[in-house]
Amino acid sequence: MINKTVKNAQEAVADIPSNSMLMMGGFGLCGIPENCIKALLEKEISGLTIVSNNAGVDDFGIGLLLQKRMVKKMISSYVGENAEFERQLLSGELEVDLIPQGTLAERVRAGGAGIPAFFTPAGVGTEVAEGKEVREFEGKLYLMEQWLRADFSIVKAWKGDTAGNLIFRGTARNFNPIMATAGKICIAEVEELVQEGELDPNQVHTPGIFVQRIFQGDNYEKRIEHRTVTK
Amino acid sequence: MLTKEQIAQRIAKEVKTGQYINLGIGIPTLVANYIPKDLDVVLQSENGLLGIGPFPTEDKVDPDLINAGKQTISMVPGSALFNSAESFAMIRGGHVHLTILGAMEVSENGDIANWKIPGKMVKGMGGAMDLVASAENIIVAMQHCSKDGQSKLLTECSLPITGIKCVKKIVSDLAVVEISPEGGFILKERAPGVSVEEIKSKTEGKLIIEGEIPEMTFE
Repeated sequence: MINKTVKNAQEAVADIPSNSMLMMGGFGLCGIPENCIKALLEKEISGLTIVSNNAGVDDFGIGLLLQKRMVKKMISSYVGENAEFERQLLSGELEVDLIPQGTLAERVRAGGAGIPAFFTPAGVGTEVAEGKEVREFEGKLYLMEQWLRADFSIVKAWKGDTAGNLIFRGTARNFNPIMATAGKICIAEVEELVQEGELDPNQVHTPGIFVQRIFQGDNYEKRIEHRTVTK
Repeated sequence: MLTKEQIAQRIAKEVKTGQYINLGIGIPTLVANYIPKDLDVVLQSENGLLGIGPFPTEDKVDPDLINAGKQTISMVPGSALFNSAESFAMIRGGHVHLTILGAMEVSENGDIANWKIPGKMVKGMGGAMDLVASAENIIVAMQHCSKDGQSKLLTECSLPITGIKCVKKIVSDLAVVEISPEGGFILKERAPGVSVEEIKSKTEGKLIIEGEIPEMTFE
């Protein structure tokens, strides 16, 4: 098997330049690539376009990249947890493209799967439909949406092997497997990196073909946004 | 007038055994507390879980297990996990039978507005546009009027809409109404102590009243 391992997050993100387009897995703060975000913060780059369902919170996740003014544009479905985000948006420093969550997921999936466009019912008759082709199929209206692809996709998995095969855990899976397919270079950080042959192929969620770089991350905080418990 | 809990309790009566259901954030989330235990239903969370269970006990809190509102949750036996594209394949593909969500406005032809107030911070639509464009049955949980007394059941939505001609039923703090396929809110039930006249005066859109309108009952 082809060995995809790199030493650490710094090495993994070393060649990400200013003005590149990145995809980042995660839903809220669940399943975000914490180590790569920290490594990006150490770099002197800006003008990034980031495709991510959310934009983190003020002091964690993508919110940290916003604080450092590294982001030019966010492509997301929901961005409501972040005061700095709001400030930059209202002042015009930041652009945002809001997309229905299922459309975002399918555009990423299509990007990875080599499907340049598809039709979806989401957003028909709304602002989202402005400027888009609408077509009727079997009596119902659908919008044409186009694929999304990125220079780099950065994902976080639970376990991975040196061949780049990935296994996710719980709802930390979310956008990670589809984004892995849609970056020219996919960087995967995992909680546990094992040798090839140690993962059961039956259990692999993302086949290694989609992953170009993999490393074992450390010090995962896994911050919880809303800790709700049954007493 | 119904409390939020009573709105949730009334909506729970709409749930049928064998259904896969997506519950939105807010009052819809409370519906789970009132679904009769003898019904076999599965709750879908669009971030990638079928089989949402109760909030975990403190010792079982898992940061890798949240719902679409980013709250920590548990899984019921028989749950399944999946990625976001697969999740919305379930939704758009019509495999989710019932969607329950909140709204800022609903029009008499079933349009719903719940994602944007122009001039205010726009947080995004999340999965709402995909859900309302796809589910065969959509029930809205909402307050009948805004805080300053304006009706939210309108002839036409004034806010940017989330989806067209999709809402089937509304349970508000005052009433249960169904959307007529020909347009109009068909009054089906009144909240305890609320008169038909009051509902009429607080519904800006066309209200259709046929026969005696029963009062809701709660156990």
